[in-house]
Amino acid sequence: METKTLPLLELVGVSKSFGGVEALKDVDFTLRAGEIHGLVGENGAGKSTTMKIIAGVHTQYAGSFTIDGKPVSFRSTRDALAAGIAMVHQELSTVPDLSVAENVFLGKQPTNRLGMLRWHHMLREARKQLSSLGIDVDPGRRIGDLPIGLQQLIEIARVLFSGARIIILDEPTSALSPPEVERLFEVLRRLRESGRSIVFISHFLDDIVRVSDTVTVFRNGRKVLTSPTRETTKGRLIETMIGTGHEDLEESYTSTIRLEDRQRAGCMLEAEGLSLSRSYADVSFRVHAGEVLGIYGFMGCGQLPLARTLFGKVRPDYGSLRVEDRQVNFRTTAAARNAGIAFVPESRRSMLFHLEPVFKNISISILDRISSLWLKPSVERRLARDRIENLQIRPPRVEAPLGSLSGGNQQKVGLAKWLTFPPKVLILSEPTRGMDVGAKDDVVKIIRKLRDEGLAVVVVSTEPETVLSLSDRVLVMKKGRIVREFANEVISKDRLLEAA
Amino acid sequence: MASSQVDLMQPADRFGALAWLKGQMRNIAPFATLIALVVFFSLASPSFATIDNVGNILTQVSVTGIIAVGLTFVILCAEIDLSVAAIANATGIVVAYFTLQESYVNIANIPLSGTFAILLALLTCFVLGVVNAVGLTLVGIPSFIMTLAMMQIAAGVSALLVRGQIAYKVPDLVAMLGSQSVGGIPFLVIVAAVMLLLGHVVLTYTRFGRYVYMVGGNREAAEFSGVNVKLILASVMIISAVCSGLAGMLGVAHFGSAQQNEFDTYLLDAIAAVVVGGTSLFGGRGGIGNTIVGLFVLGVLNNGLDHVNIDSFLKILIRGLILLAALVINVYAQRLRTAAVQ
Repeated sequence: METKTLPLLELVGVSKSFGGVEALKDVDFTLRAGEIHGLVGENGAGKSTTMKIIAGVHTQYAGSFTIDGKPVSFRSTRDALAAGIAMVHQELSTVPDLSVAENVFLGKQPTNRLGMLRWHHMLREARKQLSSLGIDVDPGRRIGDLPIGLQQLIEIARVLFSGARIIILDEPTSALSPPEVERLFEVLRRLRESGRSIVFISHFLDDIVRVSDTVTVFRNGRKVLTSPTRETTKGRLIETMIGTGHEDLEESYTSTIRLEDRQRAGCMLEAEGLSLSRSYADVSFRVHAGEVLGIYGFMGCGQLPLARTLFGKVRPDYGSLRVEDRQVNFRTTAAARNAGIAFVPESRRSMLFHLEPVFKNISISILDRISSLWLKPSVERRLARDRIENLQIRPPRVEAPLGSLSGGNQQKVGLAKWLTFPPKVLILSEPTRGMDVGAKDDVVKIIRKLRDEGLAVVVVSTEPETVLSLSDRVLVMKKGRIVREFANEVISKDRLLEAA
Repeated sequence: MASSQVDLMQPADRFGALAWLKGQMRNIAPFATLIALVVFFSLASPSFATIDNVGNILTQVSVTGIIAVGLTFVILCAEIDLSVAAIANATGIVVAYFTLQESYVNIANIPLSGTFAILLALLTCFVLGVVNAVGLTLVGIPSFIMTLAMMQIAAGVSALLVRGQIAYKVPDLVAMLGSQSVGGIPFLVIVAAVMLLLGHVVLTYTRFGRYVYMVGGNREAAEFSGVNVKLILASVMIISAVCSGLAGMLGVAHFGSAQQNEFDTYLLDAIAAVVVGGTSLFGGRGGIGNTIVGLFVLGVLNNGLDHVNIDSFLKILIRGLILLAALVINVYAQRLRTAAVQ
């Protein structure tokens, strides 16, 4: 135990339940002044819930919460902010059209007695503030033009400026390139020197091991370990995180994968010179029947808009697209679907109807195949039951409202709706994001099976593990361009990250 | 194990009677309101609960009802149509404009046969609906603003045609449907009932109806399921305009005259009927059944207030308050429903 610093923030015996489900069970958590505290655990293990209690998002919970030894009870995030606690989310809250300085001072821009902005003062202060963190950027620039990593640092600068002494970073490195990660760590170390405390939530154990002083592991709503980071290892963390049966995860994190050539079958989808301004440029590739093509890139490297283009949601500025031998030019998603393309977007919210029963979620994309004018609910239910059985969706009730299913099962419904009449090309965007190991495994199996049945599959992701566990061939996108193809060779996470 | 017990309890909780009630809140509240109003007015006035008065209420809500059918489609898609009353007015005026008027009516109109006049009137509302649809889907103007402009455009069409005059004659078919009865039941009520039934059947039993609900429930998800969202939105705007046009023609016959601004109160009434009935302003929930209840809530309220001794200026305020209460319930019901599922 570290003895040199007293606890700054302490949770004792904290429990929290949502509608009868216990999300946190009797959690103790201590944060000291001037430490970087790593927080790891699988999705749903309780990390986010704990941090949301600290940040004043969840206000109803059992147990005690003290700061500097005094009990606190936040009614809102504003209360938490007033106590010096700020959370920086994965999705940045910078305002892209404003300057760097305005973003640093967001909501607190200095004004003179007439209420007018003191521009020069603001620019000077912003520069000073940023350079104290080792960030060298022109404060007059539009923030949206800067790389995402820099925007994130500026957001951190903003919460510091607003007086935060405890900063919670949620998955700060997931969208960053290695040099950007390095720079972030540099900033975090400086903050530690100045006595601030940082909670660092991440799936990337390498990052946790490298930067944190203390690490806490959550599993199934309980805290299972708190230890000085130097006394533990990545392997030990993985073991603690998932208890037993961790072989799958271990493999995907560390091993190399042999890509096998499956390009012998016919070409199902061919993109040539696709370009969309500010998103991607000169993208050409082919996908063949019976293969999974992975497209990997960091967040913002253009692969997500590319996936939308393939499904007719976003029209490209230039380039052509062929499905089998036919030239296509999709004006609507309906046209793409009719041409045999299926798309599962990265967010469940944008593909499913949470208040509607499962069977309507499954039938929506095939309604025109099973009915012309009149609906045929009995056919819809029968086909939905087939899919539920086929993909082992739980609970197996066609009438259950979609929102009552777990995330993994919702994801399966998102796949199920395309499988009654198999498409020619299945495009999956972040197919395993936010899923626990079990559900991930199921989805991987389903996708492999579809591939073996002759479907052409495109997997687009910002997570190396997802791409590695699914793909037969991998394209790497960097700043909107395809920079590397991995085919018929041995690939590992290192090599993938290196290429990106 | 304690935790597994909790897990077992939870589905029962989620799909239990309380959750069901919460989910049905939007249907129960308007119906309870209607019953409360009927009971109140029956006790407050002996002339309220009579067969004659029931007939009055039915007739009074019919024109609103026909407009509300189309508006239900629009609101289910989480859009709005503010031009319904103006399109009704314009269509009514067009049908009169192409009918031979009495010699004392000072309008330079163009008499045509009744069938042509009706077809031209229907074409008018259809075209106005198409303009709304194009503005919303192809140009990308929010429906609130687009139909606000259309409200003015349709009013302009009306103004140009009648030039401040009043026309009285409409084609015989329109006159019959708008002002005559069969077996004691006004044709107007029958037409409204048929339109409501038709709307219900389309929304509930056809593929198009399902698309309307799904587009309203989650537009992005509908698009990512390969639904042609713009086509559905365009269709509901046109359906709304044509329903309004039909209501406009019959309304003109029912009132016995066609003139500027005679449908102005129908905009608020139609929107209120749909929303008071419990159709969600956020789209995807509700339907014609809700609209019917909403129509009767408004109809009973308007009619009942005439039967009790009350300051007629206070009535306007009371209607506003009832509408506000309905909006509060509407928003609250949406929250309860979402909470019950998740």
